[in-house]
Amino acid sequence: MDRTKWYVLTVGLLIGAIAVTLVKLGNPPNMGFCIACFERDMAGAIGLHRAGVVQYMRPEIIGLVLGALLASLFAGEFKSRGGSATFVRFILGVFMMIGALVFLGCPLRDVLRMAGGDYNAVVGFIGFIFGVGTGVFFLKRGFNLGRAEYSHSQGGGLALPLIMVFFLFLLLKATVFNPDAGGPLFFSAEGPGSMYAPLAFSLGAGLLVGILAQRVRLCLSGGIRDFMLIRDNTLLLGFIGIFAGALLLNIALGFFQTGFAPQPVAHTMHLWNFLGLYLVGMTATLLGGCPLRQLILSGEGDTDAAAVVVGMIVGAAFCHNFMLASGAMKAAAAGAAASPGGPGIYGQIACIVGIIVVAAIGFAFRED
Amino acid sequence: MEKVDVRGLSCPMPVIKTKKLLDQGVKELLVVGTSSVSKENVSKLARSSGYQVEMKVDAKNEWEMELRK
Repeated sequence: MDRTKWYVLTVGLLIGAIAVTLVKLGNPPNMGFCIACFERDMAGAIGLHRAGVVQYMRPEIIGLVLGALLASLFAGEFKSRGGSATFVRFILGVFMMIGALVFLGCPLRDVLRMAGGDYNAVVGFIGFIFGVGTGVFFLKRGFNLGRAEYSHSQGGGLALPLIMVFFLFLLLKATVFNPDAGGPLFFSAEGPGSMYAPLAFSLGAGLLVGILAQRVRLCLSGGIRDFMLIRDNTLLLGFIGIFAGALLLNIALGFFQTGFAPQPVAHTMHLWNFLGLYLVGMTATLLGGCPLRQLILSGEGDTDAAAVVVGMIVGAAFCHNFMLASGAMKAAAAGAAASPGGPGIYGQIACIVGIIVVAAIGFAFRED
Repeated sequence: MEKVDVRGLSCPMPVIKTKKLLDQGVKELLVVGTSSVSKENVSKLARSSGYQVEMKVDAKNEWEMELRK
């Protein structure tokens, strides 16, 4: 195995271990990192949706973008660029979030959930592989969203990182504009949004992982895609590293618990676990990267990736405002029956519509 | 010498476009691109397919490489 591969594997192990450490420090279970969940919490924090249990300005996301910015600046790779079907990418971002919230996690959280013993995540993972496979089918047919251009100004590429700095400022300053209704930031009093590691750790973890992921070009959909397309397993080793790192630490800390139920922030509707991540896998492959990779690219000055990130945040608001997101399973409690969780009818329809729309984009953007 | 232009294309288009020509059995190919990620990926693909890689231009945001078998 050459040096690059060892490097990617090591970075994966480290990210897996950092993720479990964040859970130990207060993040929701099996959610040390979840790009989709955390962007959803951010959408709630700025009031784009008012689902009271999932509102928090996640410092991990801010750190990931700023870490990638720093790493790319030092490496001379920061370059403002964009113009490759930007609005189509925004729409794909919306649907990528819908898929993720039907499953209850992005591909990164899927790996972390599998490493926590959650069998539902294995069902999702199979869906993800099929989704990436469908994306590869479109790529082989000549799918292309077009060329991006380098900009004469670096301003555009700095826009999303600066928005993240502003979010961090709001979080640190904790100003309240409206004493009655709250805001500009909203915070959960209960539920996953109320569970978080101390700010300094979350931000530091985000920065570190942002730097590492930028250097090794870590991408979860890319790992499977490259293996399918060119039998290259470099990025796949990152995937395996995250799994192994999280698994070891989960066992060591007593977080490891196998089965379909009970599992934290998860549901047992197999079809929708499969189709949710199927939609994410297909969309991520057409976009050239998973939700994590989109954050990293937007830190490097890629404004098309920034459009995907904003699309995902807007998509998260749709998910909670229109009842598309899945509910998590609940154990029976006083006065309430147990619930297996899962998407309601609107979420199921949105997921199917997403698969159809993304496939239509896959067919429509065929070159030559 | 055949030429393929992968400037401004995001992952994995540069690799796919290059691979298409390599699979056709092209002996000599000039690849022109921009991002350092695509440079790494295209040269990795070429080496693993048994081609020799020679960088003609290797600037920060612009590169050209010749592949020969």
